[in-house]
Amino acid sequence: MTAPVFSAVLVRDLRLAARRRVDALLPLAFFAVAVSLFPLGVGPEPNTLRQIAPGVLWVCALLAAMLSVTQLFATDQADGSLEQMMLAAGSGTASALPVAIAKAVAHWLLTGLPLVLIAPLFGVMFDLSGRSIGALCASLALGTPILSLLGSLGAALTLGVRNGGVLLILLIVPLCIPALIFGSGAVSAVESGTSARGHFSLLGALFIATALLAPLATAAALRIATE
Amino acid sequence: MTESSTVVAAAGLACRRGERLLFSGLDLKVLPGQVVWVRGANGQGKTSLLRLLAGLARPEAGRIEHLAGRERVYVGHANALKDDLSVAESLMFLSRLHGFDTSAAAHEQALRRFGLHSRRDAPVRTLSQGQRRRVALARLCTAPSTALWLLDEPFDALDAQGVDVLNAVLAEHAARGGSVLLTSHLPLTLSSPVPITLQLNGPPRA
Amino acid sequence: MLADTRFFTFASPPRFYALAGRLIPWLWAATALLAIAGLYVGFFQAPTDATQGDAYRIIFIHVPAAWMSMLLYMVMAFWAAIGWAFNARLAAMVARAIAPTGAMFTFAALWSGALWGKPTWGTWWVWDARLTSELILLFLYLGYMALVNAIDDTRRADQAGALLAVIGSVNVPIIYFSVKWWNTLHQGATISATTAPKMVATMLTAMLLMTLACWAYAFAVVFTRTRAVIAERERDAKWLNGAVPS
Repeated sequence: MTAPVFSAVLVRDLRLAARRRVDALLPLAFFAVAVSLFPLGVGPEPNTLRQIAPGVLWVCALLAAMLSVTQLFATDQADGSLEQMMLAAGSGTASALPVAIAKAVAHWLLTGLPLVLIAPLFGVMFDLSGRSIGALCASLALGTPILSLLGSLGAALTLGVRNGGVLLILLIVPLCIPALIFGSGAVSAVESGTSARGHFSLLGALFIATALLAPLATAAALRIATE
Repeated sequence: MTESSTVVAAAGLACRRGERLLFSGLDLKVLPGQVVWVRGANGQGKTSLLRLLAGLARPEAGRIEHLAGRERVYVGHANALKDDLSVAESLMFLSRLHGFDTSAAAHEQALRRFGLHSRRDAPVRTLSQGQRRRVALARLCTAPSTALWLLDEPFDALDAQGVDVLNAVLAEHAARGGSVLLTSHLPLTLSSPVPITLQLNGPPRA
Repeated sequence: MLADTRFFTFASPPRFYALAGRLIPWLWAATALLAIAGLYVGFFQAPTDATQGDAYRIIFIHVPAAWMSMLLYMVMAFWAAIGWAFNARLAAMVARAIAPTGAMFTFAALWSGALWGKPTWGTWWVWDARLTSELILLFLYLGYMALVNAIDDTRRADQAGALLAVIGSVNVPIIYFSVKWWNTLHQGATISATTAPKMVATMLTAMLLMTLACWAYAFAVVFTRTRAVIAERERDAKWLNGAVPS
């Protein structure tokens, strides 16, 4: 019973995004604009830019992910679709798991994965070395799923709340800080020539822990919000 | 308390919304083939009762027992349709979601029944309110035949023809042993079976 | 009106209300006595430190405040979780009452840490593991308070807050570890983790007295706030039960 719910929701969300391509690209546009602000604010000196690049790129990816996740459940709640999804899932707390996972996966495919793919362009803008750019993509590949999972948790917690978007950022960004530290740290390490193995293993561990726990919490939050 | 043929039974049911107790001490028993019309003034808890029976919310007090093996179909006040999907895609999504019959044949039949076949590829965005309601109701035809139907204002926005179709669908469902609980603020024109009225009167006075 | 037996719909809040009301004055008295004793021992009796001089004395505020900030978060998460799991209204109210006090202690830890940093590091703020983690803890408190205030339905707000508090408490060790790790990796030669001077008996006494003072203060304030929450919520229930015609 869980497989149909997961695949039905995921396929539907991807199909809806395909019909609204411009909307789906907005987070990426935000990322591009935000990243470009930093050289303008800080100055074009290549050494400075190279140093701040990992942090800037990671922070902008984090903000892009958080901004795009606010409506994850809201539109479905407004038109009654969320109710149907919760109904299909059954009536235990963890039964909303397929819905929670499907939504997080959809968000990652639509926001996280594209960020991983366009990050190299911006790495070049900041004069990062090839190896650093590779580390950037790898750290984002591990980190953006974490952001999607935590973001969907935040969206479920703030469902239907006024100023939910800003509140979501306030709630979830502190929880994303470890991922930010390990992720941007990995890129900095590679850029300065040291090993990033520690960073990547910690990031990987964080990914596994988040993947196991966040969907459960999101499912619980959905139950709380729809009961 | 539960006879072998009772589709759903509730005892001592109480429902709270926010800080208000909508109703308490509610007992009900629905048998196969019955259509129950839940009535009450606005805000008395009609929608809340349906949601409790659907399993979307937990009651403040009391128990609900469903007959094992019976599916439930809940058509809420909102249509659960996305503007950007077509009629056929919307119906398919809801059928897949709930594990109903997803065969093309069943879907064709459902769309024809509700007069939507000609609009099957139209985006929901282009439909009128009445047509959207029909799309929402169409999954009653792909749901298992003996399911318990919980319908919140199903006649809303339907034109005369739509009302006839829905009445016919309800009658057929009852005739083959299915049960229905529904709300409607307008008088029902369903004649077979004659709907049983369940009146919600609010919380007992202190 | 308070004597009306239908005023409270649940048994435990009125008992708590009465009991807390009696304890609060004693708790304030204990706070005052312990604080005076602790500050006296810490500021006048404990010896001057060889390396840091008298500046270190701020730790008698900083360390208890930091302990309280972390402990109160765990206590808050605990009671919130109890309230959620057992549908216990009083537990949920207590959790809400703890949050502002926890945030206050976190803020106190931060500025006392800054006051300590100025003479020892030469700057008001450093991104060392402790201060950074405290800052993030403050955000966690503020997030909890913002969430429970943003949701109008009190039961849903309590439940969502409980979930957030539990998630936060799981994350506190992770966040602390990651910040500490980050700090050691990026260690500049100028910033070394300032540790408290080796503890002499009087210093320990002062620390203990101040910690107890903080506990007494926390109890006093949390009890007061919980009583206010009870009065507000139960008054609403009574008003609605009696006044709305059915």
